[in-house]
Amino acid sequence: MDEPLLRQLTPAVIGVLVHRGVDFATAEDAVQEALIQAALTWPDRRPADPKGWLVTVAWRKFLDAHRSEASRRDREQRAEAEPPPGPAEAADDTLQLFFLCAHPSLTPASAVALTLRAVGGLTTRQIAQAYLVPEATMAQRISRAKRTVGAVRFEEPGDLATVLRVLYLVFNEGYTGDVDLAAEAIRLTRELASMTEDEETAGLLALMLLHHARRPARTRRDGSLVPLNEQDRSRWNTRLIAEGVEILQTALGRDRLGEFQAQAAIAALHADAPRAEETDWVQIVDWYDELLRLTGSPVVQLNRAVAIGEADGAGAGLAALATVDPGLPRHSAASAYLHEKAGDLPTAARLYAEAARSAPNLAERDHLTRQAARINHAPRG
Amino acid sequence: MAKYLLLKHYRGAPDAVNNVPMDQWTPGEIADHMQYMGDFASRLEGTGEYVDGQALSPEGTFVRYDGEGRPPVTDGPFAETKDLIAGWMVIDVDTYERALTLAGELSAAPGAGGKPIHEWLELRPFLTAPPTVTE
Repeated sequence: MDEPLLRQLTPAVIGVLVHRGVDFATAEDAVQEALIQAALTWPDRRPADPKGWLVTVAWRKFLDAHRSEASRRDREQRAEAEPPPGPAEAADDTLQLFFLCAHPSLTPASAVALTLRAVGGLTTRQIAQAYLVPEATMAQRISRAKRTVGAVRFEEPGDLATVLRVLYLVFNEGYTGDVDLAAEAIRLTRELASMTEDEETAGLLALMLLHHARRPARTRRDGSLVPLNEQDRSRWNTRLIAEGVEILQTALGRDRLGEFQAQAAIAALHADAPRAEETDWVQIVDWYDELLRLTGSPVVQLNRAVAIGEADGAGAGLAALATVDPGLPRHSAASAYLHEKAGDLPTAARLYAEAARSAPNLAERDHLTRQAARINHAPRG
Repeated sequence: MAKYLLLKHYRGAPDAVNNVPMDQWTPGEIADHMQYMGDFASRLEGTGEYVDGQALSPEGTFVRYDGEGRPPVTDGPFAETKDLIAGWMVIDVDTYERALTLAGELSAAPGAGGKPIHEWLELRPFLTAPPTVTE
Protein backbone atom coordinates (compact mmCIF):
# COMPACT_ATOMS: atom_id res chain seq x y z
CA MET A 1 0.00 0.00 0.00
CA ASP A 2 0.96 3.63 -0.12
CA GLU A 3 1.56 3.89 3.57
CA PRO A 4 5.24 4.86 3.28
CA LEU A 5 4.31 7.62 0.84
CA LEU A 6 1.52 8.91 3.07
CA ARG A 7 3.85 9.04 6.03
CA GLN A 8 6.54 10.77 4.04
CA LEU A 9 4.15 13.49 2.83
CA THR A 10 2.56 14.16 6.22
CA PRO A 11 4.86 16.87 7.58
CA ALA A 12 4.94 18.78 4.29
CA VAL A 13 1.14 18.85 4.09
CA ILE A 14 0.91 20.09 7.67
CA GLY A 15 3.39 22.80 6.69
CA VAL A 16 1.21 23.97 3.81
CA LEU A 17 -1.82 24.40 6.06
CA VAL A 18 0.22 26.17 8.71
CA HIS A 19 1.42 28.65 6.10
CA ARG A 20 -2.21 29.29 5.18
CA GLY A 21 -2.77 30.46 8.72
CA VAL A 22 -4.06 27.30 10.38
CA ASP A 23 -2.68 26.68 13.86
CA PHE A 24 -0.53 23.58 14.19
CA ALA A 25 -2.95 21.53 16.33
CA THR A 26 -5.87 22.09 13.96
CA ALA A 27 -3.72 21.52 10.89
CA GLU A 28 -2.44 18.25 12.31
CA ASP A 29 -5.96 17.02 13.01
CA ALA A 30 -7.10 17.93 9.49
CA VAL A 31 -4.14 16.14 7.94
CA GLN A 32 -4.79 13.05 10.09
CA GLU A 33 -8.33 12.91 8.74
CA ALA A 34 -7.04 13.27 5.19
CA LEU A 35 -4.59 10.41 5.83
CA ILE A 36 -7.42 8.20 7.06
CA GLN A 37 -9.43 9.00 3.96
CA ALA A 38 -6.43 8.33 1.73
CA ALA A 39 -5.95 4.93 3.34
CA LEU A 40 -9.55 4.11 2.38
CA THR A 41 -9.70 5.47 -1.18
CA TRP A 42 -6.17 5.28 -2.61
CA PRO A 43 -6.03 1.49 -2.91
CA ASP A 44 -8.85 1.75 -5.48
CA ARG A 45 -7.79 4.97 -7.16
CA ARG A 46 -4.43 6.51 -6.50
CA PRO A 47 -4.32 10.24 -7.35
CA ALA A 48 -1.82 11.48 -9.92
CA ASP A 49 -0.65 14.17 -7.49
CA PRO A 50 -0.69 12.51 -4.05
CA LYS A 51 0.59 15.56 -2.19
CA GLY A 52 -1.88 17.91 -3.92
CA TRP A 53 -4.68 15.49 -3.09
CA LEU A 54 -3.73 15.44 0.60
CA VAL A 55 -3.49 19.24 0.74
CA THR A 56 -6.88 19.66 -0.93
CA VAL A 57 -8.61 17.12 1.27
CA ALA A 58 -6.99 18.33 4.50
CA TRP A 59 -7.86 21.92 3.62
CA ARG A 60 -11.46 20.93 2.92
CA LYS A 61 -11.68 19.08 6.23
CA PHE A 62 -10.36 22.16 7.96
CA LEU A 63 -12.87 24.47 6.25
CA ASP A 64 -15.74 22.10 7.03
CA ALA A 65 -14.86 22.24 10.67
CA HIS A 66 -14.60 26.01 10.77
CA ARG A 67 -17.68 27.17 9.04
CA SER A 68 -17.75 30.91 9.69
CA GLU A 69 -18.55 32.43 6.30
CA ALA A 70 -16.45 35.57 6.49
CA SER A 71 -13.33 33.85 7.66
CA ARG A 72 -13.99 31.08 5.12
CA ARG A 73 -13.83 33.58 2.25
CA ASP A 74 -10.69 35.06 3.81
CA ARG A 75 -9.06 31.68 3.99
CA GLU A 76 -10.01 30.65 0.49
CA GLN A 77 -8.50 33.84 -0.84
CA ARG A 78 -5.41 33.28 1.21
CA ALA A 79 -5.17 29.70 -0.11
CA GLU A 80 -5.33 30.90 -3.68
CA ALA A 81 -2.75 33.62 -3.12
CA GLU A 82 -0.33 31.19 -1.45
CA PRO A 83 2.25 29.95 -3.96
CA PRO A 84 2.79 26.18 -4.02
CA PRO A 85 5.75 25.41 -1.77
CA GLY A 86 8.95 24.18 -3.40
CA PRO A 87 11.03 21.33 -2.01
CA ALA A 88 13.28 23.64 0.02
CA GLU A 89 10.32 25.16 1.80
CA ALA A 90 8.83 21.75 2.44
CA ALA A 91 12.13 20.70 4.03
CA ASP A 92 12.17 23.82 6.20
CA ASP A 93 8.63 23.09 7.33
CA THR A 94 9.54 19.53 8.22
CA LEU A 95 12.52 20.75 10.23
CA GLN A 96 10.29 23.20 12.10
CA LEU A 97 7.87 20.39 12.82
CA PHE A 98 10.70 18.30 14.23
CA PHE A 99 11.58 21.16 16.58
CA LEU A 100 7.97 21.79 17.54
CA CYS A 101 7.28 18.15 18.35
CA ALA A 102 10.44 17.91 20.46
CA HIS A 103 9.83 21.20 22.26
CA PRO A 104 11.42 21.23 25.75
CA SER A 105 8.03 21.93 27.36
CA LEU A 106 6.93 18.39 26.39
CA THR A 107 7.61 15.29 28.45
CA PRO A 108 9.60 12.61 26.60
CA ALA A 109 6.50 10.43 26.21
CA SER A 110 4.50 13.33 24.74
CA ALA A 111 7.31 14.37 22.41
CA VAL A 112 7.66 10.81 21.13
CA ALA A 113 3.92 10.51 20.49
CA LEU A 114 3.64 13.90 18.79
CA THR A 115 6.74 13.36 16.64
CA LEU A 116 5.49 9.99 15.44
CA ARG A 117 2.13 11.53 14.60
CA ALA A 118 3.01 14.83 12.97
CA VAL A 119 6.43 14.06 11.51
CA GLY A 120 6.16 10.29 11.18
CA GLY A 121 2.62 10.29 9.84
CA LEU A 122 1.66 7.30 11.98
CA THR A 123 -1.95 6.98 13.06
CA THR A 124 -2.95 7.22 16.69
CA ARG A 125 -3.82 3.54 16.64
CA GLN A 126 -0.40 2.57 15.34
CA ILE A 127 1.35 4.64 17.98
CA ALA A 128 -0.93 3.29 20.71
CA GLN A 129 -0.20 -0.25 19.65
CA ALA A 130 3.52 0.38 19.50
CA TYR A 131 3.51 1.57 23.11
CA LEU A 132 0.91 -0.87 24.36
CA VAL A 133 -1.66 1.64 25.55
CA PRO A 134 -5.33 1.95 24.53
CA GLU A 135 -6.02 4.12 21.51
CA ALA A 136 -8.14 6.56 23.53
CA THR A 137 -5.30 7.08 25.96
CA MET A 138 -2.80 7.80 23.20
CA ALA A 139 -5.27 10.16 21.51
CA GLN A 140 -5.52 12.14 24.73
CA ARG A 141 -1.78 12.14 25.18
CA ILE A 142 -1.36 13.62 21.70
CA SER A 143 -4.12 16.21 22.23
CA ARG A 144 -2.53 17.33 25.45
CA ALA A 145 0.86 17.52 23.79
CA LYS A 146 -0.58 19.75 21.08
CA ARG A 147 -2.13 21.99 23.72
CA THR A 148 1.21 22.19 25.53
CA VAL A 149 2.94 23.54 22.42
CA GLY A 150 -0.09 25.58 21.37
CA ALA A 151 1.61 28.88 22.15
CA VAL A 152 4.89 28.00 20.43
CA ARG A 153 5.37 29.86 17.15
CA PHE A 154 5.78 27.50 14.19
CA GLU A 155 8.88 29.37 13.04
CA GLU A 156 10.48 29.40 16.49
CA PRO A 157 14.07 28.18 16.17
CA GLY A 158 14.69 24.96 18.03
CA ASP A 159 17.52 22.93 19.46
CA LEU A 160 18.51 19.88 17.44
CA ALA A 161 19.65 18.13 20.62
CA THR A 162 16.03 17.90 21.81
CA VAL A 163 15.01 16.27 18.52
CA LEU A 164 17.90 13.80 18.66
CA ARG A 165 16.92 12.74 22.18
CA VAL A 166 13.37 12.01 21.01
CA LEU A 167 14.53 10.02 17.99
CA TYR A 168 16.98 8.06 20.14
CA LEU A 169 14.13 7.17 22.49
CA VAL A 170 12.00 5.93 19.61
CA PHE A 171 14.89 3.80 18.34
CA ASN A 172 15.75 2.32 21.69
CA GLU A 173 12.20 1.10 22.30
CA GLY A 174 12.71 -1.14 19.28
CA TYR A 175 10.22 -3.25 17.44
CA THR A 176 6.89 -3.73 19.13
CA GLY A 177 4.34 -5.09 16.68
CA ASP A 178 2.94 -3.84 13.38
CA VAL A 179 5.06 -0.72 13.33
CA ASP A 180 8.80 -1.28 13.48
CA LEU A 181 9.83 1.60 15.73
CA ALA A 182 13.53 1.13 15.12
CA ALA A 183 13.01 1.37 11.36
CA GLU A 184 10.77 4.40 11.84
CA ALA A 185 13.42 6.11 13.98
CA ILE A 186 15.99 5.48 11.26
CA ARG A 187 13.69 6.85 8.57
CA LEU A 188 13.05 10.05 10.56
CA THR A 189 16.71 10.46 11.47
CA ARG A 190 17.69 10.06 7.80
CA GLU A 191 15.23 12.78 6.94
CA LEU A 192 16.59 15.04 9.65
CA ALA A 193 20.17 14.35 8.58
CA SER A 194 19.29 15.36 5.01
CA MET A 195 18.20 18.77 6.26
CA THR A 196 21.18 19.66 8.45
CA GLU A 197 24.97 19.56 8.50
CA ASP A 198 24.96 18.79 12.21
CA GLU A 199 27.57 16.16 13.16
CA GLU A 200 25.63 14.73 16.10
CA THR A 201 22.65 14.09 13.83
CA ALA A 202 24.95 12.14 11.54
CA GLY A 203 26.39 10.43 14.61
CA LEU A 204 22.95 9.37 15.77
CA LEU A 205 22.07 8.02 12.33
CA ALA A 206 25.33 6.06 12.23
CA LEU A 207 24.64 4.70 15.73
CA MET A 208 21.18 3.54 14.72
CA LEU A 209 22.37 1.91 11.49
CA LEU A 210 25.19 0.08 13.27
CA HIS A 211 22.86 -1.30 15.93
CA HIS A 212 20.11 -2.10 13.46
CA ALA A 213 22.64 -4.06 11.42
CA ARG A 214 23.01 -6.52 14.29
CA ARG A 215 19.33 -7.11 14.80
CA PRO A 216 19.08 -10.34 12.77
CA ALA A 217 21.57 -11.89 15.20
CA ARG A 218 20.20 -10.38 18.39
CA THR A 219 17.30 -12.72 19.12
CA ARG A 220 16.94 -16.46 18.85
CA ARG A 221 13.85 -17.96 17.31
CA ASP A 222 12.35 -18.44 20.77
CA GLY A 223 12.66 -14.71 21.41
CA SER A 224 15.54 -14.94 23.88
CA LEU A 225 18.34 -12.38 23.64
CA VAL A 226 21.78 -13.29 22.29
CA PRO A 227 24.53 -11.23 23.95
CA LEU A 228 27.03 -9.48 21.69
CA ASN A 229 29.89 -11.88 22.32
CA GLU A 230 27.74 -14.87 21.29
CA GLN A 231 26.04 -13.40 18.20
CA ASP A 232 26.39 -15.08 14.85
CA ARG A 233 28.14 -12.25 13.04
CA SER A 234 27.45 -13.73 9.62
CA ARG A 235 23.89 -12.55 10.16
CA TRP A 236 24.88 -8.92 10.60
CA ASN A 237 23.77 -6.62 7.78
CA THR A 238 27.05 -5.59 6.18
CA ARG A 239 25.42 -2.98 3.96
CA LEU A 240 24.05 -1.08 6.96
CA ILE A 241 27.39 -1.38 8.72
CA ALA A 242 29.23 0.05 5.71
CA GLU A 243 26.78 2.92 5.48
CA GLY A 244 26.97 3.62 9.21
CA VAL A 245 30.75 3.63 9.18
CA GLU A 246 30.87 5.99 6.21
CA ILE A 247 28.45 8.45 7.78
CA LEU A 248 30.37 8.31 11.05
CA GLN A 249 33.77 8.86 9.45
CA THR A 250 32.50 11.91 7.57
CA ALA A 251 31.10 13.37 10.80
CA LEU A 252 34.24 12.61 12.82
CA GLY A 253 36.31 14.27 10.11
CA ARG A 254 34.72 17.58 10.97
CA ASP A 255 36.18 17.39 14.46
CA ARG A 256 33.08 18.34 16.41
CA LEU A 257 32.78 15.29 18.60
CA GLY A 258 29.60 14.61 20.56
CA GLU A 259 28.12 11.73 22.52
CA PHE A 260 26.25 10.11 19.64
CA GLN A 261 29.37 10.08 17.48
CA ALA A 262 31.34 8.53 20.35
CA GLN A 263 28.66 5.87 20.90
CA ALA A 264 28.65 5.18 17.17
CA ALA A 265 32.43 4.81 17.17
CA ILE A 266 32.15 2.10 19.83
CA ALA A 267 29.43 0.35 17.83
CA ALA A 268 31.60 0.61 14.71
CA LEU A 269 34.53 -1.05 16.47
CA HIS A 270 32.29 -3.96 17.44
CA ALA A 271 30.95 -4.14 13.90
CA ASP A 272 34.50 -4.22 12.58
CA ALA A 273 35.43 -7.43 14.39
CA PRO A 274 34.70 -10.59 12.37
CA ARG A 275 34.69 -12.55 15.63
CA ALA A 276 34.13 -11.37 19.19
CA GLU A 277 37.69 -12.45 20.04
CA GLU A 278 39.08 -9.97 17.50
CA THR A 279 37.38 -6.93 19.03
CA ASP A 280 39.69 -3.94 19.46
CA TRP A 281 38.88 -3.40 23.12
CA VAL A 282 41.77 -1.02 23.67
CA GLN A 283 40.31 1.45 21.20
CA ILE A 284 36.87 0.89 22.65
CA VAL A 285 38.16 1.87 26.07
CA ASP A 286 39.58 5.07 24.52
CA TRP A 287 36.16 5.89 23.13
CA TYR A 288 34.51 5.20 26.47
CA ASP A 289 36.97 7.67 27.97
CA GLU A 290 35.77 10.26 25.43
CA LEU A 291 32.15 9.40 26.11
CA LEU A 292 32.69 9.75 29.83
CA ARG A 293 34.35 13.11 29.33
CA LEU A 294 31.38 14.25 27.23
CA THR A 295 28.58 12.95 29.44
CA GLY A 296 29.87 12.11 32.92
CA SER A 297 27.29 9.34 32.84
CA PRO A 298 27.49 6.56 35.47
CA VAL A 299 26.12 4.09 32.91
CA VAL A 300 29.05 4.92 30.67
CA GLN A 301 31.38 4.37 33.64
CA LEU A 302 29.87 0.93 34.07
CA ASN A 303 30.21 -0.07 30.44
CA ARG A 304 33.72 1.32 30.41
CA ALA A 305 34.67 -0.91 33.35
CA VAL A 306 33.53 -3.97 31.42
CA ALA A 307 35.53 -2.82 28.39
CA ILE A 308 38.62 -2.37 30.59
CA GLY A 309 38.06 -5.90 31.80
CA GLU A 310 38.29 -7.07 28.20
CA ALA A 311 41.27 -4.89 27.29
CA ASP A 312 43.39 -5.16 30.43
CA GLY A 313 42.09 -8.24 32.23
CA ALA A 314 39.40 -8.98 34.77
CA GLY A 315 41.37 -7.51 37.68
CA ALA A 316 41.61 -4.12 36.00
CA GLY A 317 37.94 -4.31 35.10
CA LEU A 318 36.91 -5.05 38.66
CA ALA A 319 39.12 -2.21 39.91
CA ALA A 320 37.38 0.17 37.52
CA LEU A 321 33.99 -1.21 38.54
CA ALA A 322 34.78 -0.51 42.19
CA THR A 323 34.55 3.23 41.46
CA VAL A 324 31.07 2.89 39.96
CA ASP A 325 27.92 3.42 42.04
CA PRO A 326 26.88 -0.13 43.12
CA GLY A 327 23.21 0.90 43.06
CA LEU A 328 23.28 1.32 39.28
CA PRO A 329 21.09 -1.06 37.26
CA ARG A 330 23.20 -3.83 35.70
CA HIS A 331 26.03 -3.32 38.19
CA SER A 332 25.61 -6.85 39.53
CA ALA A 333 25.51 -8.22 35.98
CA ALA A 334 28.76 -6.49 35.08
CA SER A 335 30.36 -7.61 38.33
CA ALA A 336 29.21 -11.19 37.74
CA TYR A 337 30.71 -11.20 34.27
CA LEU A 338 34.05 -9.86 35.48
CA HIS A 339 34.20 -12.22 38.44
CA GLU A 340 33.65 -15.18 36.16
CA LYS A 341 36.37 -13.87 33.89
CA ALA A 342 38.63 -13.61 36.93
CA GLY A 343 37.93 -17.26 37.76
CA ASP A 344 35.84 -16.62 40.90
CA LEU A 345 32.91 -18.83 39.93
CA PRO A 346 30.95 -18.97 43.21
CA THR A 347 30.85 -15.17 43.43
CA ALA A 348 29.93 -14.93 39.75
CA ALA A 349 27.03 -17.35 40.15
CA ARG A 350 25.75 -15.50 43.20
CA LEU A 351 25.99 -12.13 41.44
CA TYR A 352 24.27 -13.43 38.30
CA ALA A 353 21.36 -14.63 40.44
CA GLU A 354 21.24 -11.28 42.22
CA ALA A 355 21.35 -9.44 38.90
CA ALA A 356 18.48 -11.59 37.60
CA ARG A 357 16.34 -10.57 40.55
CA SER A 358 16.76 -6.87 39.81
CA ALA A 359 16.75 -7.13 36.01
CA PRO A 360 14.44 -4.52 34.47
CA ASN A 361 13.22 -6.71 31.62
CA LEU A 362 12.38 -10.34 31.07
CA ALA A 363 14.95 -10.95 28.36
CA GLU A 364 17.81 -9.85 30.61
CA ARG A 365 16.39 -11.68 33.59
CA ASP A 366 16.21 -14.91 31.62
CA HIS A 367 19.71 -14.45 30.28
CA LEU A 368 21.17 -13.75 33.73
CA THR A 369 19.32 -16.66 35.30
CA ARG A 370 20.73 -18.96 32.65
CA GLN A 371 24.26 -17.68 33.31
CA ALA A 372 23.87 -18.47 37.01
CA ALA A 373 22.48 -21.90 36.18
CA ARG A 374 25.30 -22.54 33.71
CA ILE A 375 27.95 -21.88 36.35
CA ASN A 376 26.10 -23.79 39.05
CA HIS A 377 25.81 -26.87 36.85
CA ALA A 378 29.22 -26.76 35.17
CA PRO A 379 31.18 -29.99 35.64
CA ARG A 380 33.87 -29.41 38.26
CA GLY A 381 37.25 -30.24 36.82
CA MET B 1 6.98 6.44 30.21
CA ALA B 2 6.80 3.37 32.37
CA LYS B 3 3.95 1.08 33.21
CA TYR B 4 2.91 0.31 36.77
CA LEU B 5 0.35 -2.02 38.27
CA LEU B 6 -1.80 -0.78 41.15
CA LEU B 7 -3.22 -3.69 43.09
CA LYS B 8 -6.20 -3.52 45.40
CA HIS B 9 -6.57 -6.32 47.97
CA TYR B 10 -9.63 -7.91 49.54
CA ARG B 11 -7.23 -9.37 52.09
CA GLY B 12 -3.51 -9.43 52.68
CA ALA B 13 -2.66 -5.76 52.56
CA PRO B 14 -1.92 -3.96 55.81
CA ASP B 15 -5.08 -2.54 57.41
CA ALA B 16 -6.50 0.58 55.85
CA VAL B 17 -7.00 3.61 58.09
CA ASN B 18 -10.76 3.71 57.53
CA ASN B 19 -11.09 -0.04 57.69
CA VAL B 20 -14.82 -0.84 57.66
CA PRO B 21 -15.84 -3.82 55.46
CA MET B 22 -17.89 -2.77 52.44
CA ASP B 23 -20.97 -4.75 53.42
CA GLN B 24 -21.35 -2.40 56.39
CA TRP B 25 -21.40 0.79 54.33
CA THR B 26 -24.63 2.40 53.20
CA PRO B 27 -25.70 1.75 49.58
CA GLY B 28 -25.05 5.44 48.90
CA GLU B 29 -21.52 5.12 50.22
CA ILE B 30 -20.92 2.12 47.97
CA ALA B 31 -22.22 4.06 44.97
CA ASP B 32 -19.96 7.00 45.82
CA HIS B 33 -17.00 4.66 46.06
CA MET B 34 -17.72 3.18 42.61
CA GLN B 35 -18.22 6.66 41.20
CA TYR B 36 -14.84 7.75 42.56
CA MET B 37 -13.11 4.76 40.96
CA GLY B 38 -14.82 5.43 37.63
CA ASP B 39 -14.00 9.14 37.75
CA PHE B 40 -10.39 8.33 38.53
CA ALA B 41 -10.10 6.06 35.49
CA SER B 42 -11.76 8.68 33.25
CA ARG B 43 -9.43 11.36 34.51
CA LEU B 44 -6.42 9.17 33.71
CA GLU B 45 -7.76 8.53 30.25
CA GLY B 46 -7.86 12.30 29.85
CA THR B 47 -4.25 12.67 30.96
CA GLY B 48 -3.12 9.89 28.62
CA GLU B 49 -1.99 7.67 31.51
CA TYR B 50 -4.67 4.98 31.67
CA VAL B 51 -3.93 1.53 30.29
CA ASP B 52 -6.29 -0.95 31.94
CA GLY B 53 -8.45 -1.65 34.97
CA GLN B 54 -10.23 -4.76 36.11
CA ALA B 55 -12.14 -5.97 39.12
CA LEU B 56 -11.80 -9.55 40.29
CA SER B 57 -14.33 -11.79 41.91
CA PRO B 58 -13.27 -12.94 45.40
CA GLU B 59 -14.07 -16.48 44.27
CA GLY B 60 -11.41 -18.65 42.72
CA THR B 61 -9.16 -21.62 43.23
CA PHE B 62 -5.57 -22.83 43.11
CA VAL B 63 -4.85 -25.19 40.20
CA ARG B 64 -1.99 -27.52 39.45
CA TYR B 65 -0.98 -30.17 36.95
CA ASP B 66 -1.54 -33.66 38.31
CA GLY B 67 0.43 -35.81 35.90
CA GLU B 68 0.07 -37.19 32.41
CA GLY B 69 -3.42 -38.17 31.41
CA ARG B 70 -4.87 -36.84 34.68
CA PRO B 71 -7.09 -33.78 34.97
CA PRO B 72 -5.68 -30.75 36.78
CA VAL B 73 -6.21 -30.68 40.53
CA THR B 74 -7.92 -27.75 42.19
CA ASP B 75 -7.60 -26.53 45.74
CA GLY B 76 -10.34 -24.13 46.73
CA PRO B 77 -12.06 -22.13 48.00
CA PHE B 78 -9.28 -19.86 49.21
CA ALA B 79 -8.29 -20.00 52.85
CA GLU B 80 -9.44 -17.07 54.97
CA THR B 81 -5.82 -16.12 55.54
CA LYS B 82 -4.89 -15.99 51.87
CA ASP B 83 -3.71 -12.73 50.35
CA LEU B 84 -6.54 -11.93 47.88
CA ILE B 85 -6.40 -9.43 45.03
CA ALA B 86 -9.61 -7.45 44.46
CA GLY B 87 -8.63 -5.80 41.22
CA TRP B 88 -6.01 -3.78 39.42
CA MET B 89 -5.29 -0.69 37.42
CA VAL B 90 -2.43 -0.34 34.93
CA ILE B 91 -1.02 3.15 34.38
CA ASP B 92 1.65 4.49 32.03
CA VAL B 93 3.43 7.45 33.60
CA ASP B 94 6.53 9.58 33.17
CA THR B 95 8.03 9.11 36.63
CA TYR B 96 7.92 6.87 39.67
CA GLU B 97 6.84 9.92 41.68
CA ARG B 98 3.79 10.29 39.44
CA ALA B 99 2.92 6.62 40.04
CA LEU B 100 3.10 7.26 43.79
CA THR B 101 0.92 10.35 43.48
CA LEU B 102 -1.74 8.50 41.52
CA ALA B 103 -1.68 5.54 43.90
CA GLY B 104 -2.17 7.97 46.75
CA GLU B 105 -5.18 9.50 45.02
CA LEU B 106 -6.74 6.11 44.32
CA SER B 107 -6.15 5.17 47.94
CA ALA B 108 -8.27 8.16 48.98
CA ALA B 109 -11.45 6.60 47.52
CA PRO B 110 -14.31 7.15 49.98
CA GLY B 111 -15.62 4.35 52.20
CA ALA B 112 -17.65 4.22 55.37
CA GLY B 113 -19.03 7.57 56.43
CA GLY B 114 -18.00 9.01 53.08
CA LYS B 115 -14.45 9.36 54.43
CA PRO B 116 -11.30 8.33 52.51
CA ILE B 117 -10.36 4.72 53.12
CA HIS B 118 -6.58 5.34 53.03
CA GLU B 119 -6.38 1.86 51.64
CA TRP B 120 -2.91 0.33 51.18
CA LEU B 121 -2.43 -0.27 47.45
CA GLU B 122 0.34 -2.40 46.07
CA LEU B 123 2.44 -0.64 43.43
CA ARG B 124 4.46 -2.85 41.06
CA PRO B 125 6.59 -1.77 38.10
CA PHE B 126 6.23 -3.68 34.84
CA LEU B 127 9.27 -5.41 33.41
CA THR B 128 10.01 -3.57 30.17
CA ALA B 129 11.01 -4.51 26.67
CA PRO B 130 14.78 -4.73 26.32
CA PRO B 131 16.53 -1.60 24.99
CA THR B 132 18.17 -1.78 21.58
CA VAL B 133 21.40 -0.07 22.62
CA THR B 134 23.13 -2.07 25.32
CA GLU B 135 26.79 -1.07 25.27
